[in-house]
Parts: sequence; structure tokens; C-alpha cells
Amino acid sequence: MFPSARLDRRSLLRALAAAGAAALLRPGRAIAQSTPLLTRRIPSTGEELPLVGLGSWGTFNVGEDRVARDACAAVMRGFFDAGGRLIDCSPMYGSSQPVIGYGLEQLGMPARLFSADKVWTSSGDEGSAQIEASRRAWGVPRFDLLQVHNLLAWEEHLPTLFAMKAAGKLRYVGITTSHGRRHAEFERVMRSQPLDFVQFSYNILDREVEDRLLPLARERGMAVIVNRPFQRGDLIRRYAGTRLPAWAADIDCTSWPQFLLKFIVSHPAVTCAIPATSSVAHVVENLGAARGRLPDEALRRRMIEFVRSV
Amino acid sequence: MPEWWTYRLSDFLMFSSRTYYRLFELYNRELWPGQLLAVALGLVLLALAGRRGTWQRRVVTAILVAAWAWVGWAFHWRRYATINLAAPYFAACCAIQAALLVANTLWRRGLSPPQPPAPDRIGLGIIFFALVLQPLIGPLLGRAWAGVELFGLAPDPTATATLGLLLVAEESWTLWVVPTLWCLAGGATLWAMAAPDAWVTPALATVALVTRAVRRRRGVSR
Repeated sequence: MFPSARLDRRSLLRALAAAGAAALLRPGRAIAQSTPLLTRRIPSTGEELPLVGLGSWGTFNVGEDRVARDACAAVMRGFFDAGGRLIDCSPMYGSSQPVIGYGLEQLGMPARLFSADKVWTSSGDEGSAQIEASRRAWGVPRFDLLQVHNLLAWEEHLPTLFAMKAAGKLRYVGITTSHGRRHAEFERVMRSQPLDFVQFSYNILDREVEDRLLPLARERGMAVIVNRPFQRGDLIRRYAGTRLPAWAADIDCTSWPQFLLKFIVSHPAVTCAIPATSSVAHVVENLGAARGRLPDEALRRRMIEFVRSV
Repeated sequence: MPEWWTYRLSDFLMFSSRTYYRLFELYNRELWPGQLLAVALGLVLLALAGRRGTWQRRVVTAILVAAWAWVGWAFHWRRYATINLAAPYFAACCAIQAALLVANTLWRRGLSPPQPPAPDRIGLGIIFFALVLQPLIGPLLGRAWAGVELFGLAPDPTATATLGLLLVAEESWTLWVVPTLWCLAGGATLWAMAAPDAWVTPALATVALVTRAVRRRRGVSR
């Protein structure tokens, strides 16, 4: 196991208590949830985050549908019950922000929430108003993390975000990209700005970020959030008919989603992966990737070779 | 948008197929029994589509105006916009189409009459498909009956029925733009959701456009 993935005492005690309760109520699930989530430190503060968070693109955009909103709230409940913390969203995700706000209200605003959102507008003048609208949609007093979405007008938004952080209205500042786009510009911003977080796409097939962005994040002391861990489900569908190799048990993988997630979060520069799902069972399964053993470098190479052979 | 060519169609899909189809179910539930009026208006449209009288043409045009205005406001603006950031633009396009049809009525007494000796069979066929067969596609593919998409309420059959009427009337290209674009947009949405019926509206639009273009090139009605 990589030494930077750790358990803090509070997480351990909380997980043991939850496991005890789960064992009484649901013996079968207790096995999967009997060990606490692995965490990794945010370099700029040392705060611990579980290795798996919750994305919301495409899954929480359910509009005014009350039944679907309740289903999203159930996913969030499963996420928090299993030890999750970070939920990521964006103004670009349609109704996802108010749906998250609805879920948080249903759950009584869980104290362990780590709220991550984005600013996404081409006008710097509109940034503050959009952030405030996002905050109201979530119903939180302030965001933990705000990121400039897809580097859109980052020159104008980053000063706003840094000013919010200095004023105590925000804890962390970051930037995002996805689908492997604009990496050269992304790297320039990483080198020139004192960012706490960066977010980009990374999975067992799309590994371009291993060359420059992941090492740079370590060098610059930036936390890394990984989006599109399953290529929006394509990877899971691709390997659905293939049996996991026997050695997957050596890293406590019981499913392909866990196999794919463990590959990502075992990279020492990665802080957190954020798969999105609309299923309670899947969110629990995903968080299972933040439990047990992680692959070392040799096993990571073996994982790559295996998926290439499939 | 930088590097727009690197995006796939599915990258723009903001919602799940389940959410999309649920939208129609909830929409229909809210509108009931408005579907009965929509079906009645559709039957009137079908009955009058091939008629040449002035008042018949005005009734057909009025039904189309109402259909586009309703789809733009009730579906795109009020419902679809809750899950799709582009929906307000779709609503604006519907309003433009309704305005163009109103202008057509004011200046030309409604859609042009069908050309003799008989109304265009392909156009009538498209209208019949849009009103009767297209709503059945979803349920036949296993989607809920409650989410049935009807002319005058849902955008896809409204657009295809309009193209059929424009073909029958041999109307100018101005009125073709919005319904054709919607057929492409609607088909693209279904394609991104890997829906097996994604080809239907683009195919119908293509048939209507090609038929119209061929006849126009020949310089004769038929």
C-alpha cells in the first residue's frame, strides 16, 4: 500500500462504530463496510479526504421530478453512511445543484460534507453572482472548494476565488479540465498560480496526465481530483463480460468498478476520484475501492497489461 | 468553445435517458386530459391537410401555430429547461416558427393549397406517421405509455407533422428551417442516449427535404 493513503483516528473510530451498527442491522453489507475508508491529505492544509468522492454530471440532473430527487437523496445518504465526504458539481450540470441541495436538506446537512463546486461563466463580472446562486442552491454557508470550470475565463475568476479564500468565504481554490483537453494551458496555470486543487480526467486507458500533470501536482503541492474515472460508464460496459483476474483479490477488488477506481486512487498524486452514479448499490460499491489494499507500482502495470489484453 | 471538434455527441448529454423519458411521463401527467384535445386537433389536421379551401388552410395553419407555441412554452421553456441548458434556445426557435406561421397567415391566408391533381402522398404519409405511428414508437420499444409523445405536445411529432404539411403545401424554405433543425437536434439527443429510434426524425426530415428539392428542381408540382 502507498504510505500516503492513510486512516486518521477519527475516521477509524467512526468507521468501527458504523461497522458495528451495520453488522447488527445488515450482516451481509457489514463485511464490505467493515473497514474504514482510506484517505489522502490535501497538501496545502493536511486535511484528510477519502479516496473516493461523488460526482454529479448526468446523474443528479433530474429537474423537478420528486421521485428522482428522492432517489438522488438516497444515493447521497448511502454515500455519507459509507464514509464519503466530497461531492462535486457545477453550474453547467443543469438542475444538479438544487438536487444536491434538496438531498442535503433531506439528510440534515451532514457535517462530514466536503462541498466542491465550480464557477462557469465567460464573464468575470458574473462570477460572484453565479457563485452565490450556486451556494444558495446547495444551501451551504460556504463552499469548501471552488474551481474554475474548464479554465473558462480563469484569468478573471481566480482573483475572485483567491479573494474569497483570503476573506474566509472559501477554503480551497482549484481549476478543472476534462477529456484530456487544454493540458498545456492547464500546466501553465498550475505553474503560475497557488492552487489548492486541480481536477482532470484520468483512468486506466486515458493516462496522459501521468507524464506531466500528476507529477507537477505533487511537485507543487496540489490535491488532485480525478473525473471521468469510468469514461462515463463506457469502461464498465466494456469489461462487463470479462471476469476479474484472480489476483484482483490481492487488492480487495470484488468488481470492475473497484478495479478501475483502485488503479486511479493508487497513484500517489491522486487525492480523490469522483465517479457519478444514480444507484445506492453502486455508490457503496465505488466507496469500496477506498477500502482494503491498493496496488503497488508493479501491480498497477499488471492492471494496465490486463485491460490491454481484454 | 475551444477544441469543439474533439467533443463527442454524448459529451453534450447532460441527463440520463431515464430522466429524459420521465420528463414526458410527468409532462403528460400534468396535462391530462389535454392529450385528448391534442389528438382531436391532430385528426382535424390529418383530415384537412389535403384540402384546398381557404378556411381549411387557415385552420391547419392555426393548429400548427398553436402546436409550436405550446411546445415552445410548455415543453421546452417550462419542462425541458429544467434539465437542458439549451432548452430556452429551443423554445425561442419554436416561437420563431409560430411567428413565421402567423405571418404566413396574415400575408398569404395560411399555408399554400395542395397542388392539383392530388395532394402529395409522401407528405400525407409523413403527417399520418407523425400523428398515428410516431407516438407508438416509444411504447413499442418498452418505454412507458405514460410518456407517449403526441403531436402538439411533444416536439418530435410536431416537427415531423409540420414537415409533412409543408411538403403537401409546397411551402417556401423559410418555414422548413426550424422543424428541420429540431428533427436533427431531437435525433441527436436520442442518438447520444443510444436510443434505437434515433434515426426516425432525421430520416423523415431527409425524405421531406429531398422530395421537396427534387420537385423544385423539376420546376413542376408533381
